[in-house]
Amino acid sequence: MIAVRPEADLGFAAAFAPPLLDPARDAPTDVTGRNGKPAGRRYDVYRNNVTVSLIDALAAIYPAVQRITGTDFFRAMARFHVRNTLPISPLLFDYGRDFPDFVANYAHAKDMPWLADVARIERAWLDAYHAADALPLPPARLSAIALERLGDLVLTPHPAARIVRSQYAAVTIFAANRDSAPAARIDASTPEDALITRAEFEVVVRHLPPGGAVFAASLMSGEPLGVSAMAAFDASAEFDIAANIAGLIAAGAFTSIAFGDPA
Amino acid sequence: MSAKHVVTTLALAGAMSTALATLAAAAPLTKAEADAAIAAKKEKCFGVALKGQNDCAAGPGTTCQGTSTVDFQGNAWKFVQGGTCTSIDLPGGKKGSLKPV
Repeated sequence: MIAVRPEADLGFAAAFAPPLLDPARDAPTDVTGRNGKPAGRRYDVYRNNVTVSLIDALAAIYPAVQRITGTDFFRAMARFHVRNTLPISPLLFDYGRDFPDFVANYAHAKDMPWLADVARIERAWLDAYHAADALPLPPARLSAIALERLGDLVLTPHPAARIVRSQYAAVTIFAANRDSAPAARIDASTPEDALITRAEFEVVVRHLPPGGAVFAASLMSGEPLGVSAMAAFDASAEFDIAANIAGLIAAGAFTSIAFGDPA
Repeated sequence: MSAKHVVTTLALAGAMSTALATLAAAAPLTKAEADAAIAAKKEKCFGVALKGQNDCAAGPGTTCQGTSTVDFQGNAWKFVQGGTCTSIDLPGGKKGSLKPV
């Protein structure tokens, strides 16, 4: 249950850490107060701070999920996750990467099957925010490519670019719950795909058109333009190559042209 | 397996030329325009669903927050969904429940 980083100093942590997320266990015996008195209550303060700070971290990363479920429900759900998931990074914004999968399997959220995808968009949003800065590909660079080589065009994805696909209206639900505006009625049954980018300073979430997610994912994985366009047409007969190229370039999803080996 | 669509060099060239013309001419959609396009199901516009909100949104651990909340470990778990979930419909499925499940 408790994962300890392999490089951690196990001498002290091995005894100190395991009871932190398990209230049923006693405080470690070598944690003592003045004159060697047991310090169980002091340990409990620390234990409480660990749990609360990790729940607060999840609330900060997943504000739309919290707004959708309500605070009490969210904190109860988050506590279950925290109790089984110690941080593996000292960077708190890195915590909670497994939370969307946890939400997908959380018994009490089964009647909100779109909730995990909303969480995935929120995770991608924060990862885009903290991704490396890079200049987006200037459109003029594309006009310099010989037409007969266009099919082999390979593009390098921007470090912040992310795609999240959903069987539900996760993009609309996400957008409606990231701020405090009143929630209008939403039909969750329309599948929606999201493109998350940060060309400069601002993270932007875009709603991808039919075939757009397949096209973008293919290009971002290093497949050439011709192959990616065919895959997108197979995914949706409505796929519009020109609109999708323009949309991806305008969004700043790529940084450079890398013909041949994408590596 | 669906029939493979053949994308010819000519088609790609035409698409690239259209795309570059679009990029050169088009001003970015405003939030209101994008919302309207999404609402009208005209989804070919790469509508912006959400932008901005970067202030104070850098995630946990990036500001100096004190921990003053008490985690009432002994409390009964709360499973009642109390947020905006009741406004989200899933035809054929259940609506978000206000009752404990």
